[in-house]
Amino acid sequence: MDIIISVRGLYKAFADKKVLQGVDIDVPKGKITSIIGQSGTGKSVLFKCIIGIMQADRGSIQVDGEEITNLPEIQMRRIRRRFGYCFQDAALFDSMTVEENIAFPLREVLGMKDKRKMKAIVKEKLQWIELPGIEEKYPSELSGGMRKRVGVARTLAIEPDILLFDEPTTGLDPVLSESINKLIKRVNEEFGITCMVISHDIKGTFSISDQIAFLHDGAIQAVGSPVEVARAQHPILRKFLENSFADLKVDCGPEE
Amino acid sequence: MKYRGILLPKIIDALEQLGQFWLFVVEMFKQMVRRPFRWYLVAEQLEKIGVYSVPIILLSSLTIGMIFSLQLGSFLSMFRAEMLVGAAVAKTLSRELAPVVTALMLIARNGSAMTAEIGTMRATEQIDAMETMSVNPIQYLTVPRVVASILAFPVLTAIANIVGVLGSYFISVLVRKVDKAGFLDQMYAYVDPVDIISGFIKAAVMGLLVSTICCFYGYYAKGGSRGVGDAATKAVVVSSVGILVADYIMADIMLKVLFD
Repeated sequence: MDIIISVRGLYKAFADKKVLQGVDIDVPKGKITSIIGQSGTGKSVLFKCIIGIMQADRGSIQVDGEEITNLPEIQMRRIRRRFGYCFQDAALFDSMTVEENIAFPLREVLGMKDKRKMKAIVKEKLQWIELPGIEEKYPSELSGGMRKRVGVARTLAIEPDILLFDEPTTGLDPVLSESINKLIKRVNEEFGITCMVISHDIKGTFSISDQIAFLHDGAIQAVGSPVEVARAQHPILRKFLENSFADLKVDCGPEE
Repeated sequence: MKYRGILLPKIIDALEQLGQFWLFVVEMFKQMVRRPFRWYLVAEQLEKIGVYSVPIILLSSLTIGMIFSLQLGSFLSMFRAEMLVGAAVAKTLSRELAPVVTALMLIARNGSAMTAEIGTMRATEQIDAMETMSVNPIQYLTVPRVVASILAFPVLTAIANIVGVLGSYFISVLVRKVDKAGFLDQMYAYVDPVDIISGFIKAAVMGLLVSTICCFYGYYAKGGSRGVGDAATKAVVVSSVGILVADYIMADIMLKVLFD
């Protein structure tokens, strides 16, 4: 199994608050790896360290075998070019239309100048996320689920190798959550993009992930396939799973 | 001794912010000379800061010119020197009032908007999104606003000069019946091009100061919508006081260098 991202002994603290305290994780290429854990355990911090917009205090992050911690900004740009980052609230530029949002990385990252070509790519991406014809709309005119889809389209525009999803289903109803989970699965299967997902939607995570890691107390406490993680004995993880899958029983209807 | 616990953290906080501002300014100047140059963003900001601000500058400078002439006219009439009103208004406007009033108006109209816009982008992770795409947010958001302000402030100051003098002419010549030839003659005699140029230099420096301060407060805004509101208030207060202090320093230097 090819490893695309390898994190070893990663530490990060904010003043007295120790967030990451020796995170070790290998992310297999072309697979979906999900990070689960309680709020405030440093999942987003881990993502921001991986993509290099936050500096880790110590430890190692390798992308395809290349050490990226302490890389100069110019070289870090080259690495970052391989990543896409989908934010929790999509982080669309609210002063730009959907078309301008998706064209933004084409113009600013790839240096594309051909407006007709950019329009064609935007149209294609919008069709792919099943939201054709919304080019002229502003983010404020879209629903939460639509914004997240447009966020995915924007990151897909530059065809990254690795996509990081930061809580993609938070704030969405179960039907929309499922559609976003399916979208992540499609991204992975159709483009072969390695996906890393932070999620509190445990059921969705178990249905789409190839690997799940449980982050607690600043370190990965359990990692493996969904079946392996489901069998792990960590008490907090057990509580997590029991609460999530207890809901599933309720969803199935009243017991007779 | 009892004030130590209250004062010390505030002093440390202020020094920290000063250091942060310094680093921000250094990074901004670095990004200003680094590729890519986004002229279309500068043009966009020139439209927002320059073109859309013309009405407010017209109104404020016209009013100031008129009020100033009214007050000065009644005072100078005691010495039968009403003809000097034009010269006095034009000289004061070009050296001091036009750049300062223009800057104050632009702080109210554009400075607070800059802070709020960039602050909201910070609060909603739009700035983080730019960083993940390897787009430098200081280069993309701050540089065009600062360059546009440096260019727009002197032009708006020039407009303020002209309109202020027109306001003065209206009150003095048409309302108070001061001799038209005398009014213009005295104005031409006492106002030098160097007065006007010094005002433009001041306006450019104020443009740099206002836009940098306002972008800085927006860029480091914390704490959601309330934080953005606080940042906008701080930006307006600090830049307003800042331009007055800068104006005094520049006036002192220019009086020694240009007018001696």
